[in-house]
Amino acid sequence: MLDDVVVSMRHVTKVFNPGSPDELTAVRDIEIEIRRGEFLSLIGPSGCGKSTLLRLIGDLLPVSDGQVAVNGKSPYEARIDRDYAMVFQQATLLDWRTVGRNIHLPLEIMGHDIGQRRSKTKELLSLVDLEGFEDHYPWQLSGGMQQRVALARALSFEPSLLLMDEPFGALDEMTRERMQMELMRIWNQTQTTVVFVTHSIPEAVFLSTRVAVMSPRPGRISEVVEIDLPQPRRFETREMPEFFARVTEVREALRGFSEVE
Amino acid sequence: MVRLRNPRRLVRAVGAFLVLLLAFVALWEGYKVLGKATDGMVPFTNARLPVSPHDVAMPHVWEIVQSLFIPAQRGSDQILLTGLAQAALFTLREAITGFLIGSTVGFGLALLFELSRPIERGLMPFVIASQTVPLLAIAPMVVIWGGRIGWPTWASVSMIAAYLSFFPVTINTVRGLRSSAATAVELMRSYAATRAETLLKLQIPASLPYVFSALKVAATASVIGALIGELPASLSEGLGRSLLTFSYYFQSGSERLFATLVIAATLGLITVGMVSLLERLVVPSARRLES
Repeated sequence: MLDDVVVSMRHVTKVFNPGSPDELTAVRDIEIEIRRGEFLSLIGPSGCGKSTLLRLIGDLLPVSDGQVAVNGKSPYEARIDRDYAMVFQQATLLDWRTVGRNIHLPLEIMGHDIGQRRSKTKELLSLVDLEGFEDHYPWQLSGGMQQRVALARALSFEPSLLLMDEPFGALDEMTRERMQMELMRIWNQTQTTVVFVTHSIPEAVFLSTRVAVMSPRPGRISEVVEIDLPQPRRFETREMPEFFARVTEVREALRGFSEVE
Repeated sequence: MVRLRNPRRLVRAVGAFLVLLLAFVALWEGYKVLGKATDGMVPFTNARLPVSPHDVAMPHVWEIVQSLFIPAQRGSDQILLTGLAQAALFTLREAITGFLIGSTVGFGLALLFELSRPIERGLMPFVIASQTVPLLAIAPMVVIWGGRIGWPTWASVSMIAAYLSFFPVTINTVRGLRSSAATAVELMRSYAATRAETLLKLQIPASLPYVFSALKVAATASVIGALIGELPASLSEGLGRSLLTFSYYFQSGSERLFATLVIAATLGLITVGMVSLLERLVVPSARRLES
């Protein structure tokens, strides 16, 4: 069972600027196990530390206390082994590179030759439905298209883990829903484990197999809601009564935090 | 090859330049006419005009142009324009050499500062201080030192040009190297990219628009450095000497001085133009900081 666990966090705490006047405890005593192939959303009020948690998994920040294991290794080892990919809210494409060259940037760094890079790029463009845009530049694409390129880039080296930090946050509602469907289609195809940070309850419920609800700073995982909606998720899923029930459940779990006693 | 994507834009730019040039000429002549009418006083006041409108101090524009086409020296048939062009070319060589050295040093320093913050903190005050020491004090020293180690004088002048051009390149390149979004740096980290890869694939390409901005400043700075450097070097071949000579003869005919100034100004246009051309080839238009 143990190698079914992709990410495990035990008593994880992160304190910024310890000992100084602007000391900040972002997250405290986080306990969670993320299983292979699941889609876990992290949701919580602003400042609850969800993005910090993601960066602790990705070895972009060191933990202050506790243990994080990714694929049984330390986050540092997992990063060096390129076990995961990140997608941010800003697509962060390099605007001096074409779409194609942006997509195979990780492959370049990992030493794949030009032939491998080209064929992989073609495959990915077709996966994210952007065929023919290989030679375009990022500024020629809409926000949604740029995020699709960012997603293609993240999947280029076939990581087992995808860390996503509010990737659709900057998009309008309709594009957002389309992108959610796209992400579901891709997730079903690649079977990657996903940790997804979001502000949106419907988004979390629609996409996930489990939703981890976080408390305000210092963030703890206060509740984990199982989302047993049928797979694969479809457009109609959003209109099912079970969907509303889960959304309500998550909303109730979050409600305790926004009410002033 | 340089693609002229929009020829009409070029025509409009040239047209705008000519219009402004004509406007300047009109202003110049208009000032003279007005000034002569009030005999050098600001109209309706008792204050003197700062620049004398009379022909000795302010020759007519056509007199300035004309002076380019008559012999400048006794005993020689060579028209002023030819002489100035030769001098300008001499100064241009010094300026370009200085510019190349200065920008390379500037870029190298910026890389060093980016790779090591402690070095940046330690060296930066000295770098800044070096720029505030008056050039006219340093220039003769550089010429003397160059002479002692056997350099031709023009090489010493190039060093003075380099001295003025490295600083803008350093400052702006550092800024450019640090201009990437935090998420871009995180991305490179997530790919386990080495420091060198992050520099080569992210920071340096991101810095190019800033670098070219700085190179334009450095281009003009190198011309100024070359002109000023020539003065203590007593170089007879450069434009600096021409400027000096014609300023001595100001009273007997300032047209030649103004003509020399115009030629010196064109040097600046030429050097910046070369940088802009290079920028056009290297940086796509959407990323350039200036048009």
